[in-house]
Amino acid sequence: MAHTAARRRNRLPIGLVLPAAIVLGLALGYPLIRQVVLSLQEFGLAQQFGQPPEWTGLGNYRELLGNGELWPVVLRTVAFCFVNAGLTFGIGLALALLMTRMSRVVRVLTQCGLLLAWAMPVVAAMTVWQFLFDTEYGVVNWALTRAGGDFQNHGWLQNPWSFYMVATIIVVWMSVPFVVFTTYAALTQVPEDVVEAARIDGAGAWQRFVHVVLPSIRPVLLVVALLQVIWDLRVFTQIYTLQKSGGVTADTNLLGTYIHTLGIKGGDFGMAAAAAMFMLALTVVLTAPYVVMMLRQERDQ
Amino acid sequence: MSRRHGGRGTRLGADLIGVVVFLVCVFPVYWMVSRSFLPRNRIKGEDPEIVPTHGTLANYRKVFDDGSFNHALVTSLSVTLLTVAVALLFAFLAAVAVSRFRFRGRTTFILTLLVIQMIPAEALFISQYKMLDGVGLLNSVVGLTLVYVASVLPFTVWTLRGFVDGVPHELEEAAMMDGCSRTGAFFRVTLPLLAPGLVATGVFGFIQAWNEFTLAVVVMTDPAKETLPVWLVAFTDSRSRGVDWGAIMASSTLITLPVIIFFLIVQRRMVAGLTAGAVKG
Repeated sequence: MAHTAARRRNRLPIGLVLPAAIVLGLALGYPLIRQVVLSLQEFGLAQQFGQPPEWTGLGNYRELLGNGELWPVVLRTVAFCFVNAGLTFGIGLALALLMTRMSRVVRVLTQCGLLLAWAMPVVAAMTVWQFLFDTEYGVVNWALTRAGGDFQNHGWLQNPWSFYMVATIIVVWMSVPFVVFTTYAALTQVPEDVVEAARIDGAGAWQRFVHVVLPSIRPVLLVVALLQVIWDLRVFTQIYTLQKSGGVTADTNLLGTYIHTLGIKGGDFGMAAAAAMFMLALTVVLTAPYVVMMLRQERDQ
Repeated sequence: MSRRHGGRGTRLGADLIGVVVFLVCVFPVYWMVSRSFLPRNRIKGEDPEIVPTHGTLANYRKVFDDGSFNHALVTSLSVTLLTVAVALLFAFLAAVAVSRFRFRGRTTFILTLLVIQMIPAEALFISQYKMLDGVGLLNSVVGLTLVYVASVLPFTVWTLRGFVDGVPHELEEAAMMDGCSRTGAFFRVTLPLLAPGLVATGVFGFIQAWNEFTLAVVVMTDPAKETLPVWLVAFTDSRSRGVDWGAIMASSTLITLPVIIFFLIVQRRMVAGLTAGAVKG
């Protein structure tokens, strides 16, 4: 009796969750399973034209690891991720701290500017930055030439290092505002009397920061840093568009564009699926601490 | 934190950096908008005009006359509005269930949402492409909407749940005491209080779907089915026509405009919420 009553009580909420669950299952759950299967199959051009896919076991993974293409891409992806996340986080934190020292007018001005950069759609930002760094009509080349450098018709995207430098400038420009706003909001919550008490006790500015301010904003900083790592691990649009406007694809691929090149452009879906599983694993490893933390929060509520 | 400490020197230094940051943030946006009003010969002049006067609307006219922009605009609007409508409805139902009921599978559902939010689109688009290809939904508004709804749902449920949590269920109970049915109490009392939350969440969904590029470039491979972001990248890339920076900047400005407007609406609410505690202190 009690059992059926419980079941009836469950019916309404489960019905409410069902539409969302079905969409997620269809658009994410099924592809996930499909991808695992695909990564264990030979699925190239012949299969595109109707031949049944052939089981190859771990063949795709072995080839991926063996052909020497994947590791450089993974290495570049992780390096790009940490450099960008580190720069974004460092600049963002420094700016948030500086904002507490600014006069009111300048602070509002700075916030408006950051808001504008934050709101810019990725593709629009990309076209503008491509224009700024354009070989012939870019204002960067013009300004550097004016300043006495030899930058007439300088191409920024052919060399992988300067390609990544341009990509980093763009990614950091777009990501810093989020860090600043979140960190600044946390800074305004630090109890003033505690900071004041530390000052009266003779703590210098640096000591106050390390022993009073930092501990109280640590949870926010942790979330911001982890989100930044997740986002910078999956940079796709910026690399894709810069490659289109002159970057050498093979030398500048990160994991996202590498998977795209293998599968959508190259038609080798088995290999692309295996590479995508790699990306999935990398994400899980890097985000596990965040998920565990959120889980703990959920349980405490 | 106190703003009184630190001498006049640190404030001057901070202000100086603040102004530089403002300029660095604003310059690309300024360049985009100002170049969009310049004719081709003035964009390609020897020295760029830093502060131009006497602009022209020729670039905008060119963008609209071309036709492919309008076509992509219709596709973008269809996908975005459909995504927002479906995601908002489904997320709302799920948020009510998670917030107001304790049921079996609730924790699993919340956990799944959390994990899904971490999955990068790039790690699944290969099999999503294969799936949509298999059922004939590549290059279709429905196919792209399906993957978009799935990608905004976790965030939408999460946010809406917070809003539903914020409406005390004692209010509903009071209405039920006064003779409302449970459903009636929900629609008359709780739903109106949730309206701002629904608007904010909907706007967030709109911005995400409007800006999305990765899945769009994978799913909409046919040039006739491009969304605005995919169209813009293709337009920028069409080297054969000679890069028309004026027209590119004009279309970038057009794509940016609705986002900036919506962003300002939501942002004020967000910052207000974040700093509410500080103002009181």
